[in-house]
Amino acid sequence: MRLVELTPPGDRVITGTMQFTADDIIRFARQFDPQPFHLEAEAAKAYVFGGLCASGWHTCAGWMKMFIQYWNTETARLTAEGLEPPKLGPSAGFKKLQWVKPVYAGDSITYSVELVESRALASRPGTWINITTNDGVNQHGDVVMRYEGTVLEFA
Amino acid sequence: MPEIRYFFEDFTPGRSFPLVDKLVSAEEIVAFASEFDPQPMHLTEEAGKASILGGLSASGWHTASLFMRMMFDGWLKEAASEGSPGIEFMEWKKPVLAGDRLSGRSTVVESRVSRSRPGIGLVRFLHEVENQKGQVVLRGENPIMIRLRPSQEAPA
Repeated sequence: MRLVELTPPGDRVITGTMQFTADDIIRFARQFDPQPFHLEAEAAKAYVFGGLCASGWHTCAGWMKMFIQYWNTETARLTAEGLEPPKLGPSAGFKKLQWVKPVYAGDSITYSVELVESRALASRPGTWINITTNDGVNQHGDVVMRYEGTVLEFA
Repeated sequence: MPEIRYFFEDFTPGRSFPLVDKLVSAEEIVAFASEFDPQPMHLTEEAGKASILGGLSASGWHTASLFMRMMFDGWLKEAASEGSPGIEFMEWKKPVLAGDRLSGRSTVVESRVSRSRPGIGLVRFLHEVENQKGQVVLRGENPIMIRLRPSQEAPA
């Protein structure tokens, strides 16, 4: 089956919720993004974000983690029901990524995905490019990040 | 923390700042993927070879995170950065495979003083990352918030 049949435009799918502990934020930042506001609560107060907050790339990696978790469960469910899950492939990139609000230590981010459009690739018969909007919302209901993603799909 | 020597005023359009080189190991590809993106082509060489990526390849979010670190070590650690509101676009042009050596640069596209935040400017960069064959693997543009130079300091 095609992704557009499984989750047509207008169906927003909640993929999962991820906790951002101070330890997780610091561990990710030490490796990839050691700016002071991602490393130390005290130092962070002197910056625009005003407190220890996750690297934006950590927030994005959280979206991916929750999507894969959802997708593995969903493909197993479809297979068990005798249906053929959509064959998703890699992504060529994304657009309009907004880190709308900082993700602070202790926040829980609930991620979601919604298909916007599915286009057949003229250059590659039997391949579609799916455009999705991907969001993360914190425990107060505030959107913390959103972007426009792309993912290939094969026949 | 390293000494800050780049302020908003130093980021003039066309000026380019090198990223630090990075050799990408199979172990770190698998470690990142295991935590955040456990798809087969990011976890084993065999599955990578069988996919259209052609080998054990880094998650796109891993490549983006590696770029972040290459930028931090290259110039951002010496800049009066206040973080970024987002990324206008990012393209994963080619797979990043185990053993690749990445290099690249950030080039200033434009800059303006923030209307809403006093003492802060927004600098828009074009970032490019290449592999050892000179192929562009990642390309993107984003604005970074950078503090204006305190009046008593001389430009870098």
